[in-house]
Amino acid sequence: MNKNIDLNNLQNEGVENVPMQERRDFLKMGLAITGIFAGGSLFSAVSTFNSAHASDFAKKYPYKPHYSMVMQQHRCIDCERCMDACVATNHVPKVHGAYRTTILEKETPDAVGGKREFIPILCNQCNLPQCTRVCPTKATYKDKTTGIVLMDIKKCIGCLTCQEGCPYNARYFNEEKKAVDKCNFCWDTRLSKGEKDTACAHACPADVRIFGDLSNQEDRVFKIVHQIEKAVWVLRPEAGTRPNVFYTKG
Amino acid sequence: MAHHHTTPSLNELVTGVANRLKTAGTGFYLMVFIAAAVVLASAGTGLMAMIKGHEAYYNVYREVPWGVLIATYVFFVVSSTGLCLISSIGHVFGVQDFMPIAKRSVFLSIATILSGFFVIAFEIKLPWRMAIWNVISPNLTSNIWWMGTLYGIYLAFMFAEYIFLLMNKHRPAVICGFSGSVAGIAAHSNLGAVFGLLMGRPYWQGPYMPIYFIASAMMTGCAVILFFHILGYKINKQEMSPEMQRALEVTTKIGILLITVILFFTTWKLIAGAAGQPAGAYPVVQSEVFGHHAFVFWFFEILLGMVGPLILFILSKGRNLKLMLIASLSMVIGIFVMRFNLVYLGQSLPVYYDLGVNEFKEMLHYAPSVYEWIITAGGFGLTALLFLIGEKVFDGHKVEDH
Repeated sequence: MNKNIDLNNLQNEGVENVPMQERRDFLKMGLAITGIFAGGSLFSAVSTFNSAHASDFAKKYPYKPHYSMVMQQHRCIDCERCMDACVATNHVPKVHGAYRTTILEKETPDAVGGKREFIPILCNQCNLPQCTRVCPTKATYKDKTTGIVLMDIKKCIGCLTCQEGCPYNARYFNEEKKAVDKCNFCWDTRLSKGEKDTACAHACPADVRIFGDLSNQEDRVFKIVHQIEKAVWVLRPEAGTRPNVFYTKG
Repeated sequence: MAHHHTTPSLNELVTGVANRLKTAGTGFYLMVFIAAAVVLASAGTGLMAMIKGHEAYYNVYREVPWGVLIATYVFFVVSSTGLCLISSIGHVFGVQDFMPIAKRSVFLSIATILSGFFVIAFEIKLPWRMAIWNVISPNLTSNIWWMGTLYGIYLAFMFAEYIFLLMNKHRPAVICGFSGSVAGIAAHSNLGAVFGLLMGRPYWQGPYMPIYFIASAMMTGCAVILFFHILGYKINKQEMSPEMQRALEVTTKIGILLITVILFFTTWKLIAGAAGQPAGAYPVVQSEVFGHHAFVFWFFEILLGMVGPLILFILSKGRNLKLMLIASLSMVIGIFVMRFNLVYLGQSLPVYYDLGVNEFKEMLHYAPSVYEWIITAGGFGLTALLFLIGEKVFDGHKVEDH
């Protein structure tokens, strides 16, 4: 049984003697192996990329519904109807520095093609909010059922530490309410009354702001956040707050 | 041990205070009048702002919500903690050389923290709510909550300690002094953590702030002790005992040490903010060292606050009281600006700076309004007023012969 092969005395038969089909098969196999490796690393790169944008940022979706917003940044034309709707719905005072949502403008003069883009911002309803941690009196808190960061205005002492803690500039002191004010996804003015979206998302004519439920796999927000073809990101991920407002474009 | 005196009657005490007040010169009364006027003007301004709304009177705004009043509060509680810690070296931890400064320092630690509370009452928008909700809705993850609560406990201990010192009851005074020091360190490091634990503010963020706050409190304590002791002796026209001279000499020495410690801290803070150009901190350090805030930083914080006094203290050898008075005054001014720099610079970089949007491309600016300055002055006025009255009522904070 154990016949030793004399490797040293084997003669080179030459590739010319290998049948065409075998050569093809071999090449195919090689390509397949290479392909698995290349494709695999590409796949792993994409999946890392994807997970870093979706599940990692919010980490998990503990609320039902888990309210979230996706900004299709490329569609924003700065018409400001969202801002007007927010002011009207949530009685935001018309004074300088008072807003729950606004639109930032970014210019890239040396860009090819379009050079200007608009970035809507609002409270990110973070899963790990800084503002609620620093508040001395629990005047701001993450609601246990909705996950929305809310204000209990009677408890607000106006120390403004939440404003310092927020990495998104989402808070301001409302002199009329005598408390810090912020976006609450229109909880008191719309959602708790049975409406399905926020005033800003409702008013947007360009489908920039998509409001939805991140815990529902059929929801548009879920589908955008969990696909891998288009980049999805959050603002200031380094602050570690696990925001629930996502951005995408293109 | 202290001699046992026959306890003076209330009448004798009142007569003593009355006599000391009567014999005080016009200069003393002028200073009391000015200090009281500043406090009244400050309280009036603060109440007006409180009633009509801060936004009409203060220059702080959405992106820079903390201004000179927070810096002033920090300055006073830094001073108070420092007074408590430096004076405890003697009367709590038993280092004889520091004994003579105990009474005045403990008195001043109460005066300065009251001044801090006075100013913060006009900084917080709804301070009356704090009294209720801090108690019935405490947030134990909040450094502000811990800081406020611990400073309340600290103040109670310092009051008790001072009363025991007046009564010559050393044992309870030591217990209160020790407890006050512990509460003070805990409170003050929490104040550092108010800034240091904000994840979205890279210039502040990290363990540096609580550590720096304690070290710089002790440096400030030395300056305030020297300034008010030398001034107190000038006001009372008293001859300084060799023990008191020795106490001020060792305070000067420890002041020299602490200035070098804070210079060392500051140097590494700047290097850490420059090396590798960390996002969020580098532009701030740039503006601090070379940019629009550079003069304030170099002239006030570095020269007046530390390097100048360091040279003067060394030249004084801890004995030239005039040099020491100038040095400590310079330090107090410099340290006040140091607090302002700390509070302002951490907010000077917009949170959206790295996004590159038009609205937040530039560093944010803030200059206090005249109303904010008046309230700030009121903090200093209150410390001055309490100090002056204290000198007469408590007879130069005389220490018992040992």
